[in-house]
Amino acid sequence: MRWIYITIGVAITGVLGFLGIREVVSDPVYFLELLLGGLTRGSIYALIALGYTMVYGIIQLINFAHGEIYMIGAMTALIVASVLGLWGWNAGVIAILAVVFAVVYSCAYGFTVEKIAYKPLRNAPRLSALISAIGMSLFLQNYVMLAQTPEFMPFRSLIPDFAFWEPYAHIMSSVELTIIVTTVIVMVLLGILIKFTRIGKAMRATAQDKVMAALLGINVNQVISTTFVVGSATAAIGGVLIACHVGQINFFIGFLAGLKAFIAAVLGGIGSIPGAVLGSLVLGISESFFTGYFWSEYEDVFAFSILVIILIFRPSGILGKHEAQKV
Amino acid sequence: MKSIFKALAIAALAMVVFAVPGFAGDTIKIGSAGVISGDLAPYGISALRGVEIAIEDLNAKGGILGKQIELLVGDDVCKPEVSVNMATKLVSDGAQMIVGHVCSGCTIAANKIYKDANLLVVSPASTNDDLTLTGEHPNFFRTIAYDGAQATLMTNFVKNELKAKKVALIHDKGDYGKGQMELAQAAFEKLGGVEIVLLEGVTTGAVDFSAIVQKIKRSEAEVTMWGGYHSDASKIVQLLKKKRVDTIFFGGDGIIGDNFTNLAGKYADGVYATGPNDTSSNPLYQELAAKHQKKYGEDPGTFFYNGYACVQALSMAAEKAGAIDSDKMKAAMYEIKVDSPLGPIGFDKNGDVIGAGFSVYKVMDGKYKQVN
Repeated sequence: MRWIYITIGVAITGVLGFLGIREVVSDPVYFLELLLGGLTRGSIYALIALGYTMVYGIIQLINFAHGEIYMIGAMTALIVASVLGLWGWNAGVIAILAVVFAVVYSCAYGFTVEKIAYKPLRNAPRLSALISAIGMSLFLQNYVMLAQTPEFMPFRSLIPDFAFWEPYAHIMSSVELTIIVTTVIVMVLLGILIKFTRIGKAMRATAQDKVMAALLGINVNQVISTTFVVGSATAAIGGVLIACHVGQINFFIGFLAGLKAFIAAVLGGIGSIPGAVLGSLVLGISESFFTGYFWSEYEDVFAFSILVIILIFRPSGILGKHEAQKV
Repeated sequence: MKSIFKALAIAALAMVVFAVPGFAGDTIKIGSAGVISGDLAPYGISALRGVEIAIEDLNAKGGILGKQIELLVGDDVCKPEVSVNMATKLVSDGAQMIVGHVCSGCTIAANKIYKDANLLVVSPASTNDDLTLTGEHPNFFRTIAYDGAQATLMTNFVKNELKAKKVALIHDKGDYGKGQMELAQAAFEKLGGVEIVLLEGVTTGAVDFSAIVQKIKRSEAEVTMWGGYHSDASKIVQLLKKKRVDTIFFGGDGIIGDNFTNLAGKYADGVYATGPNDTSSNPLYQELAAKHQKKYGEDPGTFFYNGYACVQALSMAAEKAGAIDSDKMKAAMYEIKVDSPLGPIGFDKNGDVIGAGFSVYKVMDGKYKQVN
C-alpha cells in the first residue's frame, strides 16, 4: 500500500516540478514577485500565529480571541495616528508612537482577557476554556463594532514610500519590505527572549511541566500572563503592518487573519515556535503561488487542502512533537 | 396537573390562531428591506432615508387611498441567509408591499418569500440581471438600471474612449460582482476588438491581495474592471498604485459614492466607475437634497433618490389600481409615469426601469465627476 502513495507522490511532485521550473525560467521576475508577496503574507501570519502557538504550548488552550487582539492593535494605531495627525506632529514620530500605543494597548487587552476569561477556568475541562475563548472573541468584535463603527475606516499608511527603494517598488512595495524586515527583527528578539533570559527559561519550563515548574519556585501564573502579553505584542505589530499594507480596517479583520494564522500554527505544529513561523511561510508562499499560477478563486480551498494533506501524513504538524491526545 | 397542561396547550394554540396577521387595519404598511448595519450599511441607509422621506411626504398629502402609511424596517446585513428570515418577519408583521432589498443576492433569496405572499417588490438598488430577465420574479420591479445596461455602457466606454486592447476582469465571487463581470465578458465578446486577458474572483475581505495584483500586472491589462463593493476595491486600487502597476481601474456602481473615495484617499484619483445618471438639475431632486440636508445634516447617499422613487411608484400604482391588491397594482405598474427625482420614469414588461440610466464617472481630486 505504501509504495502506491509514494509513487503517486513522486509523480505529482515531478509534474508540478517540471511545470514550475518551466514557469520560473520563462518569467523569473514574476516568480520573484510572487515569492516576495508570499513572504510578506507569511510574515503577517507568523506574527499572529506566534501568539496562538505560545499560548497553546503553555496551557494547551486555543486562544480564539487572539485575532481580536490583532484587530485592537490596528484600531489603536489608527486612533492614535489620527489624533496626532490632527495636532500636526511629524510623520515619523506619529508612526513610532502609534506602534508603541498599539502594542501597549493590545498587551493590556491580552493580559486582561487571560485574567477574566481563562484563569478562572485553569483547572476546568479544556472544552470550557475553549468556549470561553470563542465567547471572548465575539465579545471583543461586537464591543469594537459598537464603540467604534461597523464601517470600514481608511488607514493612511504610517510607512512612507522610501526613495531608495523606488527602483524596486514595482517588485515589492516599501510597506512589504518593512513588513519582512520587522518580522525578522521581532523573530530574532523573541528567540533571544526565549533562549537566553530568565523569563524565557521559566516559560520553557512551564511548557514542559506546569506542576514541576511550580514546585521549583516558578510563578506559573506570572509566566502565563507574560506569554499572553508577548503574543499580544507581536499580534499588534502584525495588525499595524497589515493595516498599512491594505489601507483600511474594521472590527471584523481579526476573524479571517486569525483563522489563517491559526491554520499556519497547526500546519507548523501547534506549540512549536519555529513551527509557527515555518507553517506561516509555507501557507503564505503557497497561497501566493497558487493565485499567481492557477486561480485565485480557489486560494482558500488550496490553503485548507494543504492543511489536510499535511495533517494526514504528519498529524502533529511539520515540526510538532507526536503525542496522542484528545481535543 | 395534567389538566393544567391541557389548558395551557389550548391557550397556546388559541394564541397562535389569533396571531395570524395580514388583515388590513387603518394604515397601509410598507416594508423597507436592505442592509442598514455592517460595512455596506451606507448603501442601505441612503435608500432607507429616501423611503422615509417619501412616506413623510405622502402622509402629509393624505397617504395612499386616504390611508396613512406605516413603515416597517428590516435589516438583512447583506447576507442572503439573513434576508430570508427578515423577509418572513416583514410578511408576518403585515407588510403589504416591499421596497428592497439592496444587495442583489439578498433580493434573489428573499423574493421567494414575497412571491409566496403575493407582495409587490420594488428595489432601489439591486441590479442583478436574473431578477428581471429570467421571469422567475414576476412580482419584482426596480428603479435602477440593470447590470446588463451598465455592462454595455462600461464595455463601450473601455473600447471607444479608453481605447483599451487588453482588459482584466476581477470580481468578488458574489452574485452582484461576479454577475457584473460575466456580463462585461459577454458584452466584450459581442463588441470584439478587446482581449480579456484575465477573469478571476478574489476572496472578499482577504488579508492581502498582492498576488492578484502581480497577476494583473503580468497580464499587461490596460484596464482592470472590478465587479464588487468598495472595500475590496480600495485595497486592490492601493496595491496597484503601490506596486506601480500601469492600469486603469474601472468599477460599477458598487464603488460609486464617497464611501470609496474616502477609503482609498489619494489612491482613488483616476479611478473610473459607472453610476446612475446625474439628475441634479431636476427640481424635485434639488428639493429632496435640501430636505435631506435639513433632516440629517449631510448630503444624500448613493441610493437615496432611487428609494424615494420606489415609494412614489408603489403609491401611484395603488392609486391607479384603486386598491391595495398586488395583482391590480402589478398591472398598473406597467402603465404609470412617475415624476421622480430621477426624472420621469416608467417600467417595462420585465419590471426594469425606463428613463433612469447610467453614466461614467471618474475620480478627480477625490470626488467623482461625470465624464460622458
